[in-house]
Amino acid sequence: MSVRALERAKETLGDAVTGSHSYRGDETIVVDATRIVEVLSKLRSEVELDFLVDVTCTDYLGREPRFEMVYHLRSMAHGDRLRVKAPLEDPIDGTNPNIDTIVPLWVGANWLEREVYDLYGINFVGHPDLRRILMYEQFKGHPLRKDYPKEKRQPLVRREINEY
Amino acid sequence: MGLEFYTSRLADAVNWARKYSLFQYPFVTACCGMEFMALWGPKYDVARFGAEFPRFSPRQADLLVVVGTITERQGPVLRRVYEQMCEPKWTMAFGVCASTGGFYQNYSTMPGADQCIPIDVYIPGCPPRPEQVLDGLIMLQNKIQEGRGFVQLREKREHDALIAPGKLKVIT
Repeated sequence: MSVRALERAKETLGDAVTGSHSYRGDETIVVDATRIVEVLSKLRSEVELDFLVDVTCTDYLGREPRFEMVYHLRSMAHGDRLRVKAPLEDPIDGTNPNIDTIVPLWVGANWLEREVYDLYGINFVGHPDLRRILMYEQFKGHPLRKDYPKEKRQPLVRREINEY
Repeated sequence: MGLEFYTSRLADAVNWARKYSLFQYPFVTACCGMEFMALWGPKYDVARFGAEFPRFSPRQADLLVVVGTITERQGPVLRRVYEQMCEPKWTMAFGVCASTGGFYQNYSTMPGADQCIPIDVYIPGCPPRPEQVLDGLIMLQNKIQEGRGFVQLREKREHDALIAPGKLKVIT
């Protein structure tokens, strides 16, 4: 149904697209993560995918590249969708992977990117207010990464057994 | 018989009054709240047990009902609400999430509200049937009558320590 968006995206973006697939109405393009702002602004202005549905991320632990940023776009005029994926390398020195922020394009991406930062530890370069949004300030690590221990708790308050 | 007879009878009478006038503070965080509302409705009618009156200020309540999942981030808030309540006070964990964390075994969920406040009565169920809650309420009333609530036991410990031999001088 939304082959329109996929075809137009491919001819508009040219060599920024490194792959694409279409399966039962799910159209996806894989793009170069370093050019994400350029790609999304072109998709917004020229392919008329003007609504940012969601920003999220996937952690493929053990695969290279490890992370994959996922942007879901939708066209209000045509009613079709496109998923944009941007693979991200995990830096060897243990720091967070970097990607440019898209808050200048969609203000609504602000909290979505904060959520991705909180749970996956992706560093959004140029984000106006990159803080944790769901977990508390004292929390260490990023809990939706696949190498975060499943049973690990970081309590803020615990009672003493003989306190009451 | 002597003074002890009268004070213990007085405590019984006071506890009897307390158990039929539980003012609740509902700390409702999740879906169990729906079942909690059913409990208040005319069909199950918790008013029969004198516990129908919600106070939306912890300072006027004496039963803290923890309804729903408690996350680690809510822990300090729950603790603070509990500390603001006047004594004597009781607590009730409504549903498995408040009792043990339920099926949420992850980074964000506190494994039971008793990790941060003492809990007198645990009610299992996801969510519990109103009958179970009424059963738990009756158990709590028995506990109050017998003076076995956490706060009552602590008061008794402190009182016993005060009148322990050598602590208190009896002037004859």
